[in-house]
Amino acid sequence: MDSAQLPQLFSSSPSSAIRKEKWVFSIFRTATYSILAAATLVFGIIFVKGSGSVFQAEAPFINIPFLTQAPETLHVFTLEDKRYEMGDRQFRAFLESRGNPAVKDDNYVYSAGGIFPCIVGTVFLVVGSMAIALFVGISSAVFLNEYSRGGRAVELLRLAILNLAGVPSIVFGLFGYGLFVLFAPVLQSTSNPACLSIPLGFAYLNFSGWGVSLLAGWFTLAFMVLPVVITASEESLKAVPKGFRDGSLALGATQWEAIRTNVLPYALPGILTSSILGIARVAGETAPIMFTAAYVVRDRLPWEVDRILDVLFQGVMALPYHIYVVSSKIPQNEYTERVQFGTAFVFLSVVLLIALSSVLLRNRMRSRYRW
Amino acid sequence: MSDATSFSTYLTTRPVNSAQNSVASPAASDAASGSVPMIEVENLNFFYGQSQALHGVTLKIPARQVTAFIGPSGCGKSTLLRCFNRMNDLIESTRIASGHIKIQGVDIYDPAVDVIALRRQVGMVFQKSNPFPKSIYQNVSYGLELQGVKERKRLDEAVEKSLRGAALWEEVKDRLHTSALGLSGGQQQRLCIARAIAVEPAVILMDEPCSALDPIATGKVEELIQQLKKNYTIVIVTHSMQQAGRCSDETAFFYLGKLIEIGNTKQIFTNPKHQQTEDYITGRFG
Repeated sequence: MDSAQLPQLFSSSPSSAIRKEKWVFSIFRTATYSILAAATLVFGIIFVKGSGSVFQAEAPFINIPFLTQAPETLHVFTLEDKRYEMGDRQFRAFLESRGNPAVKDDNYVYSAGGIFPCIVGTVFLVVGSMAIALFVGISSAVFLNEYSRGGRAVELLRLAILNLAGVPSIVFGLFGYGLFVLFAPVLQSTSNPACLSIPLGFAYLNFSGWGVSLLAGWFTLAFMVLPVVITASEESLKAVPKGFRDGSLALGATQWEAIRTNVLPYALPGILTSSILGIARVAGETAPIMFTAAYVVRDRLPWEVDRILDVLFQGVMALPYHIYVVSSKIPQNEYTERVQFGTAFVFLSVVLLIALSSVLLRNRMRSRYRW
Repeated sequence: MSDATSFSTYLTTRPVNSAQNSVASPAASDAASGSVPMIEVENLNFFYGQSQALHGVTLKIPARQVTAFIGPSGCGKSTLLRCFNRMNDLIESTRIASGHIKIQGVDIYDPAVDVIALRRQVGMVFQKSNPFPKSIYQNVSYGLELQGVKERKRLDEAVEKSLRGAALWEEVKDRLHTSALGLSGGQQQRLCIARAIAVEPAVILMDEPCSALDPIATGKVEELIQQLKKNYTIVIVTHSMQQAGRCSDETAFFYLGKLIEIGNTKQIFTNPKHQQTEDYITGRFG
């Protein structure tokens, strides 16, 4: 039989559908790789430009003053045909040693010294607000997932959590300002006529607000990450087999005993994993703290207080807010770039470090509990 | 109220599982002779939301015997079992519309009854073996630790006794402190039985304990049930009629939420009174 007579079943060239598919795939591929490009650019630029402020070529290889000193004003001036750049304190000492000659200097605020108070402030903010968010978040997740029996009230609660997650961070900032900074109650020995004041017999509860303070920042940030923590905690609790609860209860455990001994320990690694996400957010947000907890500049460190309780009622400097200040309030030039990129670099590293330690903690817990 | 008080004293003081105790206590010796039922169910109507799962169930479960509940899926046998230690309390919108369940004469749904104490007296073994992801030792000692027992020596003794009681001691004595999840399916289920008897209950409820086990492991658990009935009242829900025939003294047949027939196992299997029972047992449906 002649082979030319056979009907041709398969076309020798690809159909238009296949050619179209190739196009579509190449678009998908490009879109995906653009993420990689963006990430590389962000990290790359910050690393290249910022690592110069933190690392140096000669020993000890790390620019210790940048990490351990407070920000200072940078003075740039020419004296006797020599160009000098120095921080505020050094500048004054220098002039004095030269018999206070008249110099015309350009100065740039915050561009000398370091960012130590900002690092400390961010760590304080993260630790406090995560402690509050984890406590409230895990408690409410346990309530919603283990104790509540459904119904209207629970639906309302879930709706509230969902909505809280959608609130823009600047609104949280304003809310925190209104509620915590201006209105929250403090216990004082005397009545305050300027605000609502409730006598308690031994003292007065004055609704005069906490001021711009760590406490106000903690609660504002905690409420902001709460939805993340609650949702994640609930997911982790749901992942614990029902048999663990039933088994405990059938042995005469109360519900709380069953949860404490046979549910929470196994849910905790998952809860921590998700709170990593929360930590990155808490550390990174600027809007919620700019009204409630952050100072542009503060000379004292958080532990330099007269009374221990004052720790809670003081504002702090914070890395994200400092980045905002140094990038928007001072001119951009070769002298200020050091602090601008350096702060961003340190900020990224701090967030990375916190996240990394939670991952390690989680892995350790996971290997202990496995089923 | 007085009922509840006597129940709770019974819960804390009644000797449970040794032979000399059953002689010493008149109530227990009555129970041993089978004259006093351990569990009495009177006209129980049970609902999941709007749907009724149990219709007017009345039965008596004798002490220190094995009672098997059989019937097709969804017939209410597991539901009834879970009523005995009030595990249904935790399921949303379940309710008992009418009727009573009495254990040794005490209505266990009386609001004054301490449900925690009840569950210590009425242990349960689940269909899917559910050892905790702890060591074998910790699994068995868990119930006692809940009761506040801390002395190492007492815990050691209780763990050994319970594991021996569950015919598991020889297999695990060298690895008590390794994870319980390393055990085979059958061993895990026997560990769950050991865990249940460690708190010295009066009744052990078993909800299809062998449904996930191979024949050899099933044989071991059934053998164990025969051992345990000397000291405990056992109620077992099973899908396997052969199992009911092999290891129970009494058998109750349920269908569509109703108790069709209860009686001596031999009688139920050889000479059932109801046509439905016979149809089920001979495999005509189910």
